[in-house]
Amino acid sequence: MTSSTSASSASDTVRRSRRHSRLTSHDDRWFDRLNTAFLIVVVLVIGYPLWFVLIASVSDPHAVETGRVWLWPVDLNLDGYARVFAQGSIWVGYRNTVVYTLVGVALHLLLVLPCAYALSRRNMAGRTAVTWYILFTMLFSGGLIPTYLVVKDLGMLDTIWAVVVPGAAGAWSVLVGRAFFTQSVPEELAEAATVDGAGDIQIFLRIAIPLSAPIIATLALFHGVGLWNEYFRALIYLSDRDKYTLQLVLRELLVVSQETSQSGAGEAGSLIEQQRLASLIKYATMIVASLPLLIVYPFLQRFFTQGVLIGSVKG
Amino acid sequence: MTAPPAVSAPGAAPESPPIGDRTPVRAASRRRRAKRALRGSWQLYVLVAPAVLFFLIFNYVPMYGAQIAFRDFIASDGIWGSSWVGFEHFERFFDSYYFWRLLRNTLVLSLYQLLLFPLPIILALALNEVKNHVFKRFAQTLTYAPHFVSLVVVVGMLFAFMDPRTGLINHVIELIGLEPIQFMQDPGWFRHLYVWSGVWQSLGWSTIIYLAALAGVNPELHQAAQVDGANRLQRIRHVNIPAIMPTVVILLILDFGSFMAVGFEKALLMNNSLNAEASDIIQTFVYETGLLEGQYSYAAAVGLFDSVINIILLVGVNQLARRYSENSLW
Repeated sequence: MTSSTSASSASDTVRRSRRHSRLTSHDDRWFDRLNTAFLIVVVLVIGYPLWFVLIASVSDPHAVETGRVWLWPVDLNLDGYARVFAQGSIWVGYRNTVVYTLVGVALHLLLVLPCAYALSRRNMAGRTAVTWYILFTMLFSGGLIPTYLVVKDLGMLDTIWAVVVPGAAGAWSVLVGRAFFTQSVPEELAEAATVDGAGDIQIFLRIAIPLSAPIIATLALFHGVGLWNEYFRALIYLSDRDKYTLQLVLRELLVVSQETSQSGAGEAGSLIEQQRLASLIKYATMIVASLPLLIVYPFLQRFFTQGVLIGSVKG
Repeated sequence: MTAPPAVSAPGAAPESPPIGDRTPVRAASRRRRAKRALRGSWQLYVLVAPAVLFFLIFNYVPMYGAQIAFRDFIASDGIWGSSWVGFEHFERFFDSYYFWRLLRNTLVLSLYQLLLFPLPIILALALNEVKNHVFKRFAQTLTYAPHFVSLVVVVGMLFAFMDPRTGLINHVIELIGLEPIQFMQDPGWFRHLYVWSGVWQSLGWSTIIYLAALAGVNPELHQAAQVDGANRLQRIRHVNIPAIMPTVVILLILDFGSFMAVGFEKALLMNNSLNAEASDIIQTFVYETGLLEGQYSYAAAVGLFDSVINIILLVGVNQLARRYSENSLW
C-alpha cells in the first residue's frame, strides 16, 4: 500500500485518505497479529530456558537427564534442593555474598552521593576540572595487571576489601547522581540554607539526602546487582575458601566440574564425586542463586529503568 | 535578594558591584556573601574528596602503573625499581605464534556481536506497537529477566543444556536422528554460543533506551503520516526509525569504545583446552599469563596494546559519526 496522495487535489486527498484508512485498518489488523505473534515467539524463546531450569530443578534428575522433562515437572522431586541446602560451601558463599553486597553498596553510596551532590553545585570552583578528572576514567584504564598490583600493594588480597573496594565508585554513577541532584535539588534551596547559616555538608545531609530517595535506590540497586553477580574480582583476589562468594562456588559446581566431565579430563575420585553431585543439584543451585534477584526486580523495575535512562542522557 | 555570584574562584576578590550599587553597606554585604560562598566551597571539597582520592588510587595509579609494560617487573624491586626494557614485551607479543590467533578471535567475536545491534531495535519497535498494556508490560518484564541472571549461571546453563549426553539440545538433536554435538568443546560452536547467549541475556534490557526514545516521538507526526495514507510499517520506517537514529548512533559509538573489551569474563568461563582455538582472546590471555603465570610486565603490555586499539577505535568512529551524522559523543 504505497501512498501516492501527494499530487492530488485537496478533496481528492480526503476521499483517498478515507479509503486508505479503511485499507490500512485491514492492514493494521494483520500488522497487529503478526507483531503479537512475533513478540510471543520472542517471549517464549527468552522465557523457556528459565522455565526449563525451574521445572528441571523440581523434577527427578534421572527424568531430566534422559530427556523426559519438557513442559512440566516430571516425578516431582525436591532432592536437589535438599542437597543444596545441605551443602556447606553454598551457604558460606551465600552469606559472604550478602555481606559483600551490603558493605559494597554502603561504600558505593558513601563515595558517590557526596561527590555527585558537590559536583551538581554551580558555586563550586573547579567543578568542571573535577568532572573531567572523573570522566577521563571512562576512557582510559590502567588495565587488569596494574590494578591487581595496586590492590596487592594495599594489602587487600584475600580480604573482603579486594572485592568491594576496587569498583566502589564509577564515573557512570557519579554522572547519574549529579544529573539527579541538578534536576531535583534546586540551587535556590541551597542558597536559602546558606543565608540561614547552614554549611554545605549540613545542606547535603539535611536537604539533599532526604530528597534523593529515588537516586539512592537506583544507585544501590545497580551496584547491588553487580556485586551479587560479580565473580571475576572474587576469582582473582580471593583464595581462602571461607571467603568465597556465591558466584565463585557456583563456578566450581556449574562450570569447572562440567568442563572436566564433558571433556573427560581429570578423573580424580573427588572430581567424579563432585560431578555426580553437580549433576544432581545444578538446576536447584541455579534457582537458589538467581531467584532473589528474579523475584525482586519486577517490583523495582522503575528504578532500574530510571538508571538506564539518566545514564544514557549523560553518557 | 539577588542570587549570589555563581562562580567564586578561591582567593578572588569579591566581584565589583554593578553600576548603581555602590553604597558601602551593599558592598559590605556582598563581600560577606562572597566570603560565605567561599566558605561553602571548602565543605564542597570535603564532600568531593573521598571520591577524588578513590579515583586517584584505583584509576590513576594503575594508569601510571601501566608503565610496567615497558619495564621488567620484579616483585622485590617494585614497579618503580624494575629496569626499563622499552618495547621488548610488545615485540615479543607481536612476534609470537599466537598473536594473530588472539587478535583474530577478539576481532571476530566483537564484530559478530556488533553486527547483531539491530536486534534490540527491532524488538523495541515491535514492543512500541503493542496497544495492550498488560501484554506489553509482561513482555518487557519477562525479556528483562535474563539481565539479572549472573554470567556464571548463564554459562552453567549452557553447559547443562549443551551436554552431549544429558543436555536438552542434544536430546532434540537425537530426536531428529542426528549425532549429538560436543558444543562446549567445539571451537566452531564457541562463537555462536558466546554471542547468542549474550543476545538472550541482553536483548530485552537493551530495548529500554530505544523504548524511551520512541515514547518521545511526537504523535502529530504519526497523525500526519496517517493522513498521507502511510500504513503501520511505513510509519515505523519513516517516523519511528528516524526518531531513534540519534540514540542508535550514540550507542553504536559506545559499542565501538568497548570493541576490544569483549566480555572476557564470559569467555574465560567458557574457555577450555579443546575450544581454545576460538575462545582464547586478548583479555583472557592477559589474565592467564599475568595472574596465573605471574608474567606481570608481559601481560600488562598485551593489555595496554588492547586498550590503545580501543581508544583509537572509539576516537575514529566518533570522528566518522561526526562527519556523516549530527550525532557524536564530543
